[in-house]
Amino acid sequence: MAHFTKATSLHDWLNQRLAVDTLRRVLATEYWIPKNINFLWAMGMVLAITFAILLVSGIFLLMYYQPNVDLAFDSVNYTIMQEVGYGWLWRHVHGVAASVVFLIIYIHMFTGIYYGSYKKGREMIWISGMLLFVAFSAEAFSGYMLPWGQMSYWAGMVITNLFSGGSLHADGLVEWIRGDYVPAQAFLNRFFMLHVLLIPVAIMGLIGLHFGALRIPHVNNQDGEELDFEAEAAKYKSGDKAGSKVIAFVNDFMSKDMMVVSIYLIFFFYLVFFHFDFAMDPVNFDPADGLKTPAHIYPEWYFLWSYEILRPFSTNVGLMAFAFAQVIFMLLPFLDRSPNAVPASRRGLFKFWFWAMLVDMIVLTAMGKVPPSGIFSTIGLYAALTFIGLWILLPIITMFEKKA
Amino acid sequence: MKELFILAVVTTFTLVTYYLVEPFAHSHMHKHHESEKFVYEDLPALTKQGDVARGKDLVMGAGACVGCHAIKVEGMAAPMDAVTSASAYGVNPPDLSDAGSVFDAKFLAALIKNPAHALMLEHKYNDKTGKTFPMPPFYGAGGDLDQEIADMVAYLQSIAPKGEELTPKMAFETACGRCHAVHYQYEKDGERHPAWTQIGEHPTFKHKQDELAYETQVLDYQDSLVKYLGKLPPDLSMYIRSRGEHFLSTFAENPQNYLKGTAMPRVGLNAEAAEKVIEHLADVGDSKRHERDAVGKNVMIYIIIFAIFALLWKKQVWKELH
Repeated sequence: MAHFTKATSLHDWLNQRLAVDTLRRVLATEYWIPKNINFLWAMGMVLAITFAILLVSGIFLLMYYQPNVDLAFDSVNYTIMQEVGYGWLWRHVHGVAASVVFLIIYIHMFTGIYYGSYKKGREMIWISGMLLFVAFSAEAFSGYMLPWGQMSYWAGMVITNLFSGGSLHADGLVEWIRGDYVPAQAFLNRFFMLHVLLIPVAIMGLIGLHFGALRIPHVNNQDGEELDFEAEAAKYKSGDKAGSKVIAFVNDFMSKDMMVVSIYLIFFFYLVFFHFDFAMDPVNFDPADGLKTPAHIYPEWYFLWSYEILRPFSTNVGLMAFAFAQVIFMLLPFLDRSPNAVPASRRGLFKFWFWAMLVDMIVLTAMGKVPPSGIFSTIGLYAALTFIGLWILLPIITMFEKKA
Repeated sequence: MKELFILAVVTTFTLVTYYLVEPFAHSHMHKHHESEKFVYEDLPALTKQGDVARGKDLVMGAGACVGCHAIKVEGMAAPMDAVTSASAYGVNPPDLSDAGSVFDAKFLAALIKNPAHALMLEHKYNDKTGKTFPMPPFYGAGGDLDQEIADMVAYLQSIAPKGEELTPKMAFETACGRCHAVHYQYEKDGERHPAWTQIGEHPTFKHKQDELAYETQVLDYQDSLVKYLGKLPPDLSMYIRSRGEHFLSTFAENPQNYLKGTAMPRVGLNAEAAEKVIEHLADVGDSKRHERDAVGKNVMIYIIIFAIFALLWKKQVWKELH
């Protein structure tokens, strides 16, 4: 049993019991971040803030939302949007944040790919990040079901149908997931549970893992330079802040993060109040109707690239390509055979691979939305083949990469 | 400088993706029709100057308009209640009190002369199908047909509310409200409005029995509509968000443009009334739009001030790091 003395202050009282000084030092003032970074390094904080916005707005929405097929639509569009004071604000904030969070996730991901931040001990950062991507995708999909509009219903129908596995005809599995032959009350209830409890809990756990994974390998820097953190930290602490290659998480890194966050919030709130349709599809303002299939069924923009990998092929091939697309990013640290953990611009063929992948995913995203006919379906097919081809090429081109 | 370059790259890719997924994709997914500005070019122009007094005689005359239509402002009640009318004609004929300011004059004249043509329903009512539109064409009272019609239109315009007297709600009720329900209540200028059913505002009842009796009437009315139109016209509560202003106004202007063969008639609104109908739908389905704009402006100011402080903090902290 530890020895406790009479506390001299509240701080001392807490310090004896919770070691708040040590915690602050380890988590904030002596948590070292490289100085050689740009604003893309703030995307983690932007994501944390956006997740907090989603959580808080979600709690307010949860107070009025009714997970019942007869009441859900009106509880969102009438009760929350029109009757509850500022209910519309929370819903717009929640809807827009759910869309924007994926934009930031993609920027964060491609930053990691560009700077090689998934290699040399940083594999777990990448893997926990990709698990977060999966969890956020599930969270976004389950949340999209809740207003019980036309797109909720039909997206639920299409996505759960994927689990029949094409020729495997695992219809029993689909019914098991839905709890019914078609999306109905059981379906809405379980997706409600997933959205407000199970997946958020998983996300919070994964965020902890993601942060923890950063601790030992440290944050990467703009040049992929290997830093001696202890030596640099000593330099910093001795007063040579300008000469040290590291900065403290608080206030140094945080002040830059908050600057980026504040600029991001200007963009975010502009969307919330003045440009929200992209995140709140008009079709979903029609109540769910199982007898009326919408002319175009498409997922939200952030799922379009993987949807387009599914679409141009026959059912079975499409499902296999889709499954491939879902897991392949997770394997990136192992498919990239080069020992170089430097920016793509200094990595030979990988530089072209990076930009080709980015452009290809944007093409897939665009083709995933337009009707799959004529030239669009041809472009979609080639873009999907390019996606698969690029991943097959990755181990080969990186194996022959010269040491940078 | 390098950071600005990176920001430019990120912004460019984001905007390209946005452009492709939103404006570009939607232009390939939906038919777009420009507004015809409610001029009804296919209908003949009014050439005669109408006379209100003669028009009144024609409208009120035996076997004329008031045989089926109410004109409440002139003290003429409907010959039958809404439910009975609907079972006879398919839909309750409108009260003509507002007709002169809701509908375009050219359209009204064409409607009196040949309803199925003016309403763009000739694909449904023609010699081949053997169906005739419930409202008979006006064959004239013995004089010059065009003059008589001009007189009737002049009379309807003379009794109709002028300018602001026609509220968005009135415009909606006359133009859409006999086929479409709007089951959301709404508040405007501090006044609460009940839900709208095809037979009027849904009253509040003390006794469940009375409420059920009322709802039975609504269901009977809706049954007549289904027989008449093929399906129950949709509830318009959220149409301002699901369809948007442009679609709603161009659809009302010419439903056949979007849905070839639809049983929905051309509404025949004039431009001002069309704006009022849209405003009413926004009052119901997007009632917080003014609050959204006002709060939005304040939040933007707040966030910009926050950003200035964040910038200053960063500058201060990083002064000794460089």
